[in-house]
Amino acid sequence: MALEERVEPVDIPVSAGAHGAGHPSPKEYVRIGVILFVLTALEITASYTHVSGSILIPTLFVLAIVKFALVVLWFMHLKFDDRRFARFFVMGLAGASILYLIVLISFRVFLR
Amino acid sequence: MADVAIERGGGHGADHPETTTGLSHTKLAMWVFLGSECMLFGALITTYVLYRGRSVAPPYPADIFDIPYTSVSSFVLLASSLTMVLALSAAQQRDEGRMRLWLLTTALLGMTFVGGQVYEFTAFYHEGLKLSTNLFGTTFYVLTGFHGVHVTVGVLMLLSLFGMSFADRLPEDPSFPIEMVGLYWHFVDIVWIVIFTVVYLIPTPSPGGPGGP
Repeated sequence: MALEERVEPVDIPVSAGAHGAGHPSPKEYVRIGVILFVLTALEITASYTHVSGSILIPTLFVLAIVKFALVVLWFMHLKFDDRRFARFFVMGLAGASILYLIVLISFRVFLR
Repeated sequence: MADVAIERGGGHGADHPETTTGLSHTKLAMWVFLGSECMLFGALITTYVLYRGRSVAPPYPADIFDIPYTSVSSFVLLASSLTMVLALSAAQQRDEGRMRLWLLTTALLGMTFVGGQVYEFTAFYHEGLKLSTNLFGTTFYVLTGFHGVHVTVGVLMLLSLFGMSFADRLPEDPSFPIEMVGLYWHFVDIVWIVIFTVVYLIPTPSPGGPGGP
């Protein structure tokens, strides 16, 4: 049996998400931008309040996670693009988060 | 060997690439790259957190951080993310004038951020914080320095796109290369979102003084 086998190129249609179809309008981008500005202002204001670390730190983390998600989902279009793109990014993000969380727990950083 | 045609047309959105996955492999590679960058910045942020409050010699974060100044830098970088998507939107609408305007604005905002970081580093150096002064100096400069280098690379890519648009070296539909540079640029922005919170806003305990801003 011949090892060299010729395979004809297959025409596979590219999913709409790969081309940026269905991306938000400039107005929506501006709206998301305003929300990001407000959340950043809230973060800065929160850091100046004299509340205990047990309240301040989770609050700052929640605000940062919301900002992170807004940029990734809207500005980077993961909400609108093919889900396979998201899978590769989430793999790296989740892998890094789990690995480094284990490192921080091992060194008892959260008990200090 | 099987001769399988993969991604004819170079993966540009306008050419409708035909790939084995049905996705643009260039874009897929960019997402894989950004996923791997999470590991890099994750390591640097974790190292900063591990050594947080462990410095035995001044200056400590509370002594030198200027939160209002860094807050302005954060707003500048956030604004650059907005102008980046507006450049992409203009490119998708084939509005070349606006595309160039927003690309240049994004590059200028990026340069403002990097300039601000250079000023901050210089001010910290004159206040006695060098790379080898203490654990804070080492972890702070390495983490924020790596981020600054990433922003600089992004600015160079944006200026290249801007120059290429005048030299007529962008494809007829320029949205694909702008989207790729945009993904990198937004990633740099989300890394700063984490750095700003972890390094600047969360108070760091320092010996003999109140921590944080």
